[in-house]
Amino acid sequence: MLRHRLNLKDGKIIRKIMEAGKENKLIVSVSPHIKSSESVDKIMWTVTATLLPTFVMGVYYFGPKAVIVTLLCIIGSLLSEYFVQKLAGKDISLKDGSAVLTGLLLGMNMPSTLPFYIPLLSSFVAVAITKQLFGGLGYNIFNPALMGRAFALITWPRAMTTWAEPIANFTGMDAKTTATPLGILKEQGLDKLLEVFGSKMHLYSELLLGHRAGSLGETSVIAILIGAAFLLLRGYITLRIPAAFLAAVAAGAWVFGGKQGIFTGDPLVHVLSGGLMLGAFYMATDYVTCPTTKKGQMLFGAGCGLLTILIRLKAGYPEGVMFSILIMNCFTPLIDRGFRTEVFGAKKKA
Amino acid sequence: MSFTTFPLGGIHPPERKELASAVSIEVMPQPQRVVIPLSQHIGAPCKVSVEVGQEVKAGEVIGTPEGFVSAPVHASITGKVTAFTSVLMPIGRMVPAVVIERAANHPVEAWQPAEDDKDYLKRSPDELKGRIKAAGIVGMGGATFPTHVKISPPKEKPIDSVIINGAECEPYLTADHRVMLEYPESVIEGLKILMTILGVTKGYVGIESNKPDAITKMLEAAKGSNIEVRTLQIKYPQGAEKMLIKSILNREVPAGGLPMDVGVVVQNVGTANAVYEACRYGKPLIERVVSVTGGGIKSPKNLKVKVGTPVSQLIETCGGLKPTAGKIISGGPMMGFAFYDLNTPVIKGTSGIVVLEQKDATGSDKFNNCIRCGRCVDACPMGLMPLMLSLFSEKGHYADAKDYHLFDCFECGSCTYVCPAKRPIVQQIKLAKTQVKP
Repeated sequence: MLRHRLNLKDGKIIRKIMEAGKENKLIVSVSPHIKSSESVDKIMWTVTATLLPTFVMGVYYFGPKAVIVTLLCIIGSLLSEYFVQKLAGKDISLKDGSAVLTGLLLGMNMPSTLPFYIPLLSSFVAVAITKQLFGGLGYNIFNPALMGRAFALITWPRAMTTWAEPIANFTGMDAKTTATPLGILKEQGLDKLLEVFGSKMHLYSELLLGHRAGSLGETSVIAILIGAAFLLLRGYITLRIPAAFLAAVAAGAWVFGGKQGIFTGDPLVHVLSGGLMLGAFYMATDYVTCPTTKKGQMLFGAGCGLLTILIRLKAGYPEGVMFSILIMNCFTPLIDRGFRTEVFGAKKKA
Repeated sequence: MSFTTFPLGGIHPPERKELASAVSIEVMPQPQRVVIPLSQHIGAPCKVSVEVGQEVKAGEVIGTPEGFVSAPVHASITGKVTAFTSVLMPIGRMVPAVVIERAANHPVEAWQPAEDDKDYLKRSPDELKGRIKAAGIVGMGGATFPTHVKISPPKEKPIDSVIINGAECEPYLTADHRVMLEYPESVIEGLKILMTILGVTKGYVGIESNKPDAITKMLEAAKGSNIEVRTLQIKYPQGAEKMLIKSILNREVPAGGLPMDVGVVVQNVGTANAVYEACRYGKPLIERVVSVTGGGIKSPKNLKVKVGTPVSQLIETCGGLKPTAGKIISGGPMMGFAFYDLNTPVIKGTSGIVVLEQKDATGSDKFNNCIRCGRCVDACPMGLMPLMLSLFSEKGHYADAKDYHLFDCFECGSCTYVCPAKRPIVQQIKLAKTQVKP
């Protein structure tokens, strides 16, 4: 990858030709000589932009506090990235969008009722510890935003599970606190949930629209799907992980989720509630922390789904998306090693 | 319509063929001076067989092959040998070369056929093979493997099909397209000769669907023969031998193997044309069609050029460079080599001179960490994991790279083309290949 000055000593022809060439300089480097216009920056900013509908719905339901929490997360991420890179003597990479995206995703995974220091400290854990200290973009083992959220959940369990009632109000008044659908499901069961939401159809439609308690960006399934559809169409993500993830949750909920024995669960309630959609389309598909081969990705998605339903049905937390993705992140290197691609012309097994 | 193609990976870079695909082949005037490298092929370089001061005629042998995998080199113009020198080839190697100059007052003498053997198809395989060897024919798609070696497979590898590679999947290049359009009969006859030599009854021509006019011409020329002209889906790197064989015959060359392992010989369009000219007229490979194209050249053309002509003269014939020119490549932009020096001569394997504009050309840009997006895995036609090869090479873990099938990579560049982190994956792979034994 050298930039040579062209040898001009031979003949007038070359000189004449080269006078036309800019500064008499031609690039000399290794093939290929053309590259696609795709770049890391473009990917990060595009993914960030597709979260806009989700963010807007979060603000619609949870008011100005949602904006503040999200902004604090983004600012915290940018500051963390800047200071660690500065201390480590690395190039500052704020403009690549990855810190903004991590901050935004972290914000989407938080309740609106938090005091200011929780978003700031969580984004420090996400960006400075989980990402930069492991080597920066590309080298982190865990999904940074989820690690930040896990830190917050364990450190401030009460604050992180205090959910505001979703009312489209912009007065800035404190809304009443309430429980998430999954919380009700866990503590009081499906009948209570149906009682709260009226009918099953109403429950589904409220879950789709996002009119329910929860993290800022996880409630509106429709908004998440709009953004995800764009990413799918652009080829930025594939369905391999999300589909396997959702299918595994649905299957697990159907088989083990019912009160009347196996095969009596309601898969749709589980699929539409909690952070599953946000997790399946935006968190589990994080390039850095998911496997790279087709088979590996499907296994990864299925693993996330099974762990999620296991936690939701059997563990202490009502929601398991975050922990399941973080646990599967640990297995990514192993999966990548075990599910390599098949080389063209490799001997087929008999 | 759905055309066949290879299943794994592949990319669709902008084709940019329109720049030169409609421009007829133009015979470039003979240069005053040619510099003919003695190694224009894969294999042993030639031994020079002329002396400084000696008069040579166009088509006369000036370098004799040393060893089996080699091919003779001929004078491309009539004139006097004025010096032995060495030239820097685009691959970065100095190669010994013979300089031939025509005196200013000396009239231009073109090569003239001494014979016209109309019954070339009735000759014995060995006779035809001898003519091909004597003509110094090598793979003209760029690989420059001596053709007579390629058509002499060992007995235990029976060949049943010959494929002529008209995919021309590299962006910009149009030389093969023009040859098929303007000399379709020669290409088909060349294929028939190859089939005769190999005792094969089935021949194929594979052409991508972006060359419909060439397909029509080739279909006409192949009428009434055992030759099937196959239209292929547009996808890079369709012209790679293994991909082409998969596309046309659905046979998979085993990893680490050669086309002959699945009974196939593949030859380039230009090579087939040269084979025909050699077997019928005894014409040595002293000229070839070169596309001079790209956004950085004033008037793109397809030139018939004498081997040994400096690249600078081709550029001049095409009106010179535009001020926006940024990179000049020997061959296509995916697998070609950037020129350091425009005195470099055209050789038998020079399929094109592509002048990229500054804005289109890659350079010494910084690259980022791998974000493991997997685009390279999806793009690799060989089913490799380029990201792992890149990372291993970056960290110096070459043995691990080998474990990830380093040597199955043929450096098509698809991974590097799609990489959003702009990592020089091919370069890292090339480096790793020099650090471990296959």
